[in-house]
Amino acid sequence: MNIQIRERPEAAASAGIKTAIADCDIHPARATKDELHPYLAKRWHSHLETFGVHAYQGMMEGPPYPKAQPNASRRDAYPPEGGPQGSSLSFMQKQHLDPNNVALGVLNPLNTGQGIRNQDLAGAICTAVNDWQIEKWTSKDLRLKGSVVVANEDGVSAAAEIRRRAGDSNFVQVLLLSRNVEPLGQRRYWPIYEAAEEAGLPIGVHAFGFGGNPITASGWPSYYIEEMVGHSQCQQTALASLVLEGVFERFPKLKMVMVEAGFGWAPSLAWRLDKVFSRLHAEVPHLKRKPSEYIRDHIWWTTQPMEDPESRDHLFQTIEWIGWDKLLFATDYPHWDYDEPSRVLPAGVSDANRQAFYLDNAKQLYGIS
Amino acid sequence: MTSPIAGGVDCDLHPAVPHLTSLLPYMNDYWRDQVTTRGMTDLISQSYPTNSPIASRPDWRPAQGKPGSSLADMQRQALDRFGTATGICNPLYGVQMVFSEDMADAFCRALNDWLVKEWLDKDDRLRGSIVIPVQSIEKAVAEIERCAQDRRFVQVLMLVMGDMPLGKRHYWPIYAAAERLGLPIGIHAGSAYHNPPTSVGWGSYHIEDYVAQAQAFQTQLTSLIVEGVFARHPNLKMVMLESGFTWLPPFLWRLHKFWRGVRMETPWVDRAPLEIVRSNIRFSLQPVDAPPDGDTLNRLFDHMQSDELILFSTDYPHWQFDGDEVLPKGLSQDLVRKIMIDNPHATYPRLQVKETVR
Repeated sequence: MNIQIRERPEAAASAGIKTAIADCDIHPARATKDELHPYLAKRWHSHLETFGVHAYQGMMEGPPYPKAQPNASRRDAYPPEGGPQGSSLSFMQKQHLDPNNVALGVLNPLNTGQGIRNQDLAGAICTAVNDWQIEKWTSKDLRLKGSVVVANEDGVSAAAEIRRRAGDSNFVQVLLLSRNVEPLGQRRYWPIYEAAEEAGLPIGVHAFGFGGNPITASGWPSYYIEEMVGHSQCQQTALASLVLEGVFERFPKLKMVMVEAGFGWAPSLAWRLDKVFSRLHAEVPHLKRKPSEYIRDHIWWTTQPMEDPESRDHLFQTIEWIGWDKLLFATDYPHWDYDEPSRVLPAGVSDANRQAFYLDNAKQLYGIS
Repeated sequence: MTSPIAGGVDCDLHPAVPHLTSLLPYMNDYWRDQVTTRGMTDLISQSYPTNSPIASRPDWRPAQGKPGSSLADMQRQALDRFGTATGICNPLYGVQMVFSEDMADAFCRALNDWLVKEWLDKDDRLRGSIVIPVQSIEKAVAEIERCAQDRRFVQVLMLVMGDMPLGKRHYWPIYAAAERLGLPIGIHAGSAYHNPPTSVGWGSYHIEDYVAQAQAFQTQLTSLIVEGVFARHPNLKMVMLESGFTWLPPFLWRLHKFWRGVRMETPWVDRAPLEIVRSNIRFSLQPVDAPPDGDTLNRLFDHMQSDELILFSTDYPHWQFDGDEVLPKGLSQDLVRKIMIDNPHATYPRLQVKETVR
């Protein structure tokens, strides 16, 4: 999955999985810096040229924690025609979608307008990315479905963008990131939830993003690995906020997917929430049920990076605590920590659970027949 | 119910400072004058509002004053009741929260001296943790060295949420002093509130802050492991206090997986994270964030792949359990003995020999 040390023979790419799968976390990239320009008003072209993207983090070029390899992506995933990994539909089809039998691929574009401080620019880029997803990807390959990206810090503009895309079968969810200016349960984000519920679109909350807060409650750590591991703690806290603020009480039909943040921690977090809630429920009287019940009913989990304990029994017990009906297989293509479909589940899973894990849960959640 | 056995070590007791004025006798003239003239009253952290249900079990709440402020209550409700041979006092007074290193230093010294006089001198079973002014490494090390002369101080206490991740090299002189003096570092739940109390910003509620302690412990473990604290200080033990522990296995699965992927970034980490945890990290028992059935808990212990990680604690007077159910259901007698006696003694070198005090 990591470093390419020699050319892979063509045959290796077709040694994929035999049954059809859903891949619920694919990252499409732009082939060139200007690829969004046709979808952006002229004023933004010069704005971007002059001021760049003014984000909730300090680095103008490159991420604050340098990745372990270029674009955090597989070295064997550069398209032959040039451009970064994940930027060519034909190569994605050849390297991933065809050999791995991907029947449904959910696109989660990163590097959009999310985490940008100028909210007008954030909204314009998000709208452009949504148009770009249709034109470059979903209209060209019907297996692929887009995620509506929105200006996450501007609930009103975000809700308008969701309503604009409602009913458009190119999109199967709304995409947020876990790290925002405030925890995700806060009211500034409720217009997003209201519009998503109304449109019948689940909300994917992908690990990552920038909201200006250090990635630990003790300030900024030193290393990339701390940022990577830390995303799962951010996700835990964001989910606790969603539950404790009463988002699922307020929006009872809302479904959310925790994307690329792990799932092994879910039982422990739910137990902790229930235990503390039994002591402190007077502070949050808007909750009518135990926190774990909201999680059980409203949350789905993508699998990559797959939990990888030494003992497969530990993995199976953890999944049973969560529910085989709640996991959505994902590869994270083309990123370096990609999970290989044929190898991600150990032996010993029933056919029904395998089918749910690889395909049926996703089709049901995203309404794909 | 699992019954406790006599002779145990309670690793997390919280004696409460009644009021800032209680520390005045332990301050010099300048600081006594500062406290009085400036009208400073108390140092109560948002982490533990005095009247919050979590801050005290209902039947342990005194008619007057702060929970945990009476030695007689602690003796009757915790030490005598659970047959405790040794109890480690971890004061949670807000002295680490102030921004001035001079003030923090004065208040920490007063707090440590107060603990000796008002608690350790009055009950031979009690041991103490050294509260340090982390705002200044020099002053923190000096306070560790000053207090360590009294062998009844058995560990150094830090908060899980401070100014910087605890693995940062900045803090290493503290760890060097602790290792040299046979003192584990106890890292306790709670924030100095010098950063937002979660890694995604400020939540609305006390309950969020409390739930988020578990995530803060996870990020600190990452920091401590990947910065190489235990490669430099292989004999240093750290104890996660009031941290919960059911999050540990999935946390380690993830850390291990990424360490395998990007270990070139931190080449000094020469052992797998799980091995480092097994040799250097311990966790207090309460709170047990698990369902009440013994079967699930035993599976979780199996996921932890070690019976040496957990140290008995009541978290007195915090409300973590009811009645006499200080031990969760389903523990074997062998595990009870390890948790209550063997593991704490293997963790705290200064408990090895029964000290004759003073």
